[in-house]
Amino acid sequence: MRMQIEGLWQSFGNRQVLCGIDFEDDVTTLAIIGPSGGGKSTFLRILGGLLAPSAGRVVLDGEVVPTDEAALARYRASLGFVFQDGGLFHHLSARENIALPLRAVHGMDEARAAARADELLDRFGLAGEGGKRPAQLSGGQRQRVAIARAVAPRPKMLLLDEPTSALDPEYTTEVLDLLADLKREGTRFITVTHEMGFARHACDKVAFLCQGTLMEYGPAAELFAAPKTPELGRFLGKLLEWSV
Amino acid sequence: MANPFTVRPGERPGPMKAAVSYLIVVALIIGFFWVSLLQVGVALDFSFVAQYRVRILDGLLLTLEIALGSLVMSLAIGLPVAVGQGSRILPVRYLCDVYVKLMRGTPLLAQIYLFFYIVGTAWGVENRLAAGIIILSIFSGAYIAEIVRGSLNSLDAGQLEAARAVGFTRRQTLRYVVAPQLVSRTLPALTGQLASMVKDSSLLSVIAVIELTQTMQEISSATFNLFGTYLFLAGAYLVLTLPIMFVSRYFERRLDYAHAN
Repeated sequence: MRMQIEGLWQSFGNRQVLCGIDFEDDVTTLAIIGPSGGGKSTFLRILGGLLAPSAGRVVLDGEVVPTDEAALARYRASLGFVFQDGGLFHHLSARENIALPLRAVHGMDEARAAARADELLDRFGLAGEGGKRPAQLSGGQRQRVAIARAVAPRPKMLLLDEPTSALDPEYTTEVLDLLADLKREGTRFITVTHEMGFARHACDKVAFLCQGTLMEYGPAAELFAAPKTPELGRFLGKLLEWSV
Repeated sequence: MANPFTVRPGERPGPMKAAVSYLIVVALIIGFFWVSLLQVGVALDFSFVAQYRVRILDGLLLTLEIALGSLVMSLAIGLPVAVGQGSRILPVRYLCDVYVKLMRGTPLLAQIYLFFYIVGTAWGVENRLAAGIIILSIFSGAYIAEIVRGSLNSLDAGQLEAARAVGFTRRQTLRYVVAPQLVSRTLPALTGQLASMVKDSSLLSVIAVIELTQTMQEISSATFNLFGTYLFLAGAYLVLTLPIMFVSRYFERRLDYAHAN
């Protein structure tokens, strides 16, 4: 998918979060890495149509991200978004979390939506958990349901905002394995992540976002092997300090 | 052998275990009143119940009618006020805010007198029952507004963002996410409010609405049986409020989707 970003600025009050980001490339799987407070989540929310930028624009496959509410709802529906804590609806069962948007937003009939939900639950190792509400599931299960909900309408792109940051290590692997599977099947995604192993080995491209600017961008292997900026060098060095 | 009078944290007692402990509690309460009555030297006499059963039943029905009528009307007042308290239009926001503070900050008894004799007379509300329901609704509407506002505030921003992310329009977000979560959060408290309204309606006796309390007052002064009538009155209110409280607890457990059960 062709992604063009032109002069993207975002400020909250007088705090500059994104300071002029320009980008143009084909995106299949992209990891956004960088220190906390570097603007990664803000950037992803703008891409997802959840936040209107202060200045600049995003163009996906030639389509400018709209600004009016009705068109925005359609735009968001064409993507799949996964939040750090899943963002599942508390009051609905896992199955209903997946099926309700299929019916209400994508116009599927009841039977097809339920079948699609069950098919995904099954595939993601959640058969038998469909009737449970989010509070009754483990963190890893919740996140897999959230990913199932996001991929259910076959979106053109998945956006994941630190999908494993709130999880215990064993659940992290569970979720990352699932994403790697989805990639093999051709699902495109952009993920904000602190899992450097995942960014390096499972994502084609990596973007390093630091102090509100896109400091480095390139194929994952190159970026990790030879950081060009001292900031990325320091960032990776810090992460490796306690690695086994 | 487990102790028959204790439960572990979070454990629900079995029916037998609960019944035994309940029985002890009820026996203690009745015993306390029994001893008190003996000390005062009063013999209870409930013979008036048979004699006045038609009037008592009428009073009971009227109390229920007032409570239910007021519940509907106070919902119609409380919901818009709860939304109005968050309004961007300042006069609207302050009006809702002042209304809630005035109603919650003054005794219902004073409100009944003031509304009925000043506002009611000035605007021609002469039907005592209608006036009573209106007054109780205005009073209770403030509490309902607070209940609803609390639930609105407790809505998780993440849920709203998730609703936008799946592509819901505003209307769909309201229908599929906000409304169901709001209902499950307010229903237990609203049911509790109904129980309060059953009790609060007793104050309408001061403007001579012949509901349960006024009926019993009349019977009391006709029979000079003060203790019997008031004890019976308290019991009659309990018959109305206990089931409502039970339903409220049921909703609370049933709709508590935030916790695994």
